[in-house]
Amino acid sequence: MKRRPSVIVILSALVLLAVVIVALVGNVFTSHAVTGQDLLNRLKPPAFLGGPEQYPLGTDRIGRDMVARLVAGLQMSLSVALAGTLIGAVFGTVIGFIAAHFRGWVEEVLMMFVDFQASLPFILIALTLLAFFGNSMTLFIILMGLFGWETYARLARGVVLSATSQPYARAVVALGAHPLQLYVKHILPNVASALIVQITLTFPQIILLETALSFLGLGIQPPNTSLGQILGDGRDYLSTAWWISVWPGVLIFVITLSMSILGDALRDRLDPMLKTRTS
Amino acid sequence: MTRFWLIKLLRTILTLWFVVTFTFVVLRTSGDPVVALLGGDAMPDEIEQFRRQWGLDQPLIVQYLSYIGQMATGQFGDSLRDHRPVMDIILERVPATVSLGLVAYLLATLVGIPAGIIAALRRGRFVDRAIMAFAVFGFALPNFFLGILMILLFSLMLQVLPSSGTGTIWHFIMPAVTLGTFTAGTLARFTRSAMLEVLERPYMRAAAAKGVPAVKRILFHAFPNAAIPIVTIVGLNLGQLIAGAIVVETVFAWPGVGRLLVTAVSQRDLALVQGLVLVIAATMVLANLAVDLTYGLLDPRIRKGAR
Repeated sequence: MKRRPSVIVILSALVLLAVVIVALVGNVFTSHAVTGQDLLNRLKPPAFLGGPEQYPLGTDRIGRDMVARLVAGLQMSLSVALAGTLIGAVFGTVIGFIAAHFRGWVEEVLMMFVDFQASLPFILIALTLLAFFGNSMTLFIILMGLFGWETYARLARGVVLSATSQPYARAVVALGAHPLQLYVKHILPNVASALIVQITLTFPQIILLETALSFLGLGIQPPNTSLGQILGDGRDYLSTAWWISVWPGVLIFVITLSMSILGDALRDRLDPMLKTRTS
Repeated sequence: MTRFWLIKLLRTILTLWFVVTFTFVVLRTSGDPVVALLGGDAMPDEIEQFRRQWGLDQPLIVQYLSYIGQMATGQFGDSLRDHRPVMDIILERVPATVSLGLVAYLLATLVGIPAGIIAALRRGRFVDRAIMAFAVFGFALPNFFLGILMILLFSLMLQVLPSSGTGTIWHFIMPAVTLGTFTAGTLARFTRSAMLEVLERPYMRAAAAKGVPAVKRILFHAFPNAAIPIVTIVGLNLGQLIAGAIVVETVFAWPGVGRLLVTAVSQRDLALVQGLVLVIAATMVLANLAVDLTYGLLDPRIRKGAR
């Protein structure tokens, strides 16, 4: 059932590509430093709305260039989400493999952790850990990695359990392969497509989690910045400088929207088993 | 039947025990619990009294058991900032959150379920595509940004709605819409797929052949059968709603439990955080139990087939 991707899917891919390029080389769009303050030009509107020409998207409360801020925030949000997604995928998959390999009480205990995490909204767990351990970049990235690991664990465990009963897996074992070899070289390639689909679905959720926490002032802390943090910063200036909040918000929306569309399309294409009737 | 309920009950108790253990472990591994719960500037005799009162001079296993006992009976200690019992502070905030949550849920159900039914009936047509596009938007638009956009539009530009606080019915509109949008989108998606599945069943054709009017067919034959998966989604969405309330209450300065949690975390009022997490988790787990049980009541196949 190979058909050509729809216009919307192609558009989403192009938008994402553009966002990544902006994150990588965005600093060519501005001559201002992220931290460069221009106290005479505080809360100036974007150039196209009559603001000073050197600030195309306006300035914030201490006269920092919005373009430089947005590029820095975008870099932070994307890299934190990427790190979190990868940590969660690797950790969850390994846990799933371990559960399926050892069975018995190891599996029971690991699956209890999975059920525990699935039973609570993750933001609650994240807030508890942030409150007790205090915020640091390391903890924050670990938190993003903890998000969604249980989905990968379930997925990996299920696949291993069904694969080990199949002839190819038994043949590999009969030939004397080490279990690790079986998982990495033979089963992992078979789960790869399902994992990739799950990654594209988790990524926008982690972006939303990070930006929400940073928006609340509980995530990325100054002098670092993220899209959510800029948005939260602009909250107190809505009546005088709406652009501080609106630009990062639009960016977050565009990223999560195009990523979700891509993820759905990828799921329909790579994994007919998971295909929902909604699409 | 009894077996089905017993298993569900056991799982609920197990999850609650897990949550309490989680806070116990976090409290112990993050540093001295006395300093955590009393603050750094406590007097030596105060610390000594606290240690005895909470049994911190006892062996760890005794501490753990008495901790479970105290948490189970709602004795969360005093807030670091207010010096009032944590339970009292939380209970004051519950009505605001519950009323906001109910309004948001009502709104989401009234919009989401009919939208899903209409989309299923008009499958592939323009209305269907428009409704599904709206659902995807609701999923991708962060609730804090939706809230900010609404404040910009309705409070600052049009000046028709209050931007924050509580008091009148007008104060409900923006927070409830912001909170309900995500749920409405999810509900529409699930209602649509559940309806599509049911509409293809032979009994629907039989009803049509019998000459049952279309409206009656959809409301009395199709919808009750589609309702089963929808109820599960409603249960699962409670977690989303609570996660949403944490953000939305902060955006609109709504004096509820979610905003209390954010303030407590940023002030590191650990006794309050611990109490809030336990209360919220217990509410969620119990609500999920209730949903599971209704699910069993709605569909005899589930309780009969339950292992």
